[in-house]
Amino acid sequence: MTMRTGVDWLTLLGVAAFALVALSVAMIFLYAPADATQGDVQRLFYLHLPPAWLAYLSFFIIFVSSIAYLLRGSPHWDRLARSAAELGFIFTTLVLLTGSIWGRPIWGTWWTWDARLTTTLILWFIYLGYFLLRAYVADPERGARYAAVLGIVGFVDIPIIHMSVRWWRTLHPEPIVVRSEGPAMPPEMLVTMLVTLVAFFALYAFLLVVKYRIETARDEVLALRAAADSSV
Amino acid sequence: MWTQFLALVWRDILSEFRAREVVVGMAVMALLTLLIFNFAFDLSGAQRVASGSGAFWVAVVFATLLGLGRSASLDRQEGAWDGVLLSPVERPVVFLAKLSSMLVFVVLVELVALVVMALLFDLPVFRPGVLLVLALGTLGLCTLGTLFSVMTAQARAREVLLPALLFPLAIPVVIGAVRAMVLELSGFGADAGPWKSLLAGFAMLFLALSVATFGVVTEE
Repeated sequence: MTMRTGVDWLTLLGVAAFALVALSVAMIFLYAPADATQGDVQRLFYLHLPPAWLAYLSFFIIFVSSIAYLLRGSPHWDRLARSAAELGFIFTTLVLLTGSIWGRPIWGTWWTWDARLTTTLILWFIYLGYFLLRAYVADPERGARYAAVLGIVGFVDIPIIHMSVRWWRTLHPEPIVVRSEGPAMPPEMLVTMLVTLVAFFALYAFLLVVKYRIETARDEVLALRAAADSSV
Repeated sequence: MWTQFLALVWRDILSEFRAREVVVGMAVMALLTLLIFNFAFDLSGAQRVASGSGAFWVAVVFATLLGLGRSASLDRQEGAWDGVLLSPVERPVVFLAKLSSMLVFVVLVELVALVVMALLFDLPVFRPGVLLVLALGTLGLCTLGTLFSVMTAQARAREVLLPALLFPLAIPVVIGAVRAMVLELSGFGADAGPWKSLLAGFAMLFLALSVATFGVVTEE
């Protein structure tokens, strides 16, 4: 490994991510107008949508790296899947929490069995199973293969789960940011939303790289330990 | 290939016929679940179609889970599963054989549970529509269950791990099968079409995926 001098790109990305998050928090509370009907509670929206996208993006990254891992067998892909899974779990938890806090004043309930809420909750449980599988399978290489299979099967299942739950019942509002006639909100809100989205994606990219490096270091430590054990 | 498949299925059925460790346990589990549901919910009144269908599928899911665990544990004894993997049989054939024997066991248990349900809850369960829903739902459930039971067979805390993997992913089967069964039992069988398509699509998709990934799962 070579020693680098000066500021590396990861530090820059980290600083940019935290600056963007600070900016988006300021915009959420100072720049964006209060919602006409929901009042200040609606500001939760800015912290609700980005984690939702990142929760599903994480599963997509797991899906792609799982396929790549099974085809190529390179541990890089497995590390990427592990990193994305941990972030995906955190962001899924965030969506559920912010949604629940938002739902209480607006819908009058902390939880409802609406299609999107239910799908996200099931996604959370799939992530949980993914970690349990990795934790309980003793051989890491075998665990990585099993996790890759679960990553593929689980990702394919998500749209089916959503469809089945949607036929079952629904209450969550239809998308208002991504739709064919354009977003249904005032420009100040939209700008705040976009800045928050960019901030969350920058933060996500930063955390993913950091997490990936931690996983690489962990693998190196395990390999060194195994080598030391076998040489004794 | 066909003889290999039949030999593997026969292996499971013969050992079950001799030891009776899987099906009997599953059937007892299913019947006790129905019994417990009878006390937990009102299964006699006007709501008995909805709650009876729900109770039936919960019983099936629990019994399937138990059967998968028992079957995997029998395979671990005296290296039986290693013997299967060492035999010169293509991995997809091994998977389809394991799935088929599990299907035989689960269907047997379901038939017993259906008779009990028909008697206890006074429901007209033996209709072609209900049986079709049963077949499609069972296929989807057992496909994912067989794949995961092989993945969890060697793991620590496998009794915890198998339901943790199977339950979330099998939710479309549970929703679809319960809804379709309620519609069939209340005489609206024609409306159950989309649910049956969902169950069939689920089963086909995960059958293909399981066959494709089973080689990776059983690689040593």
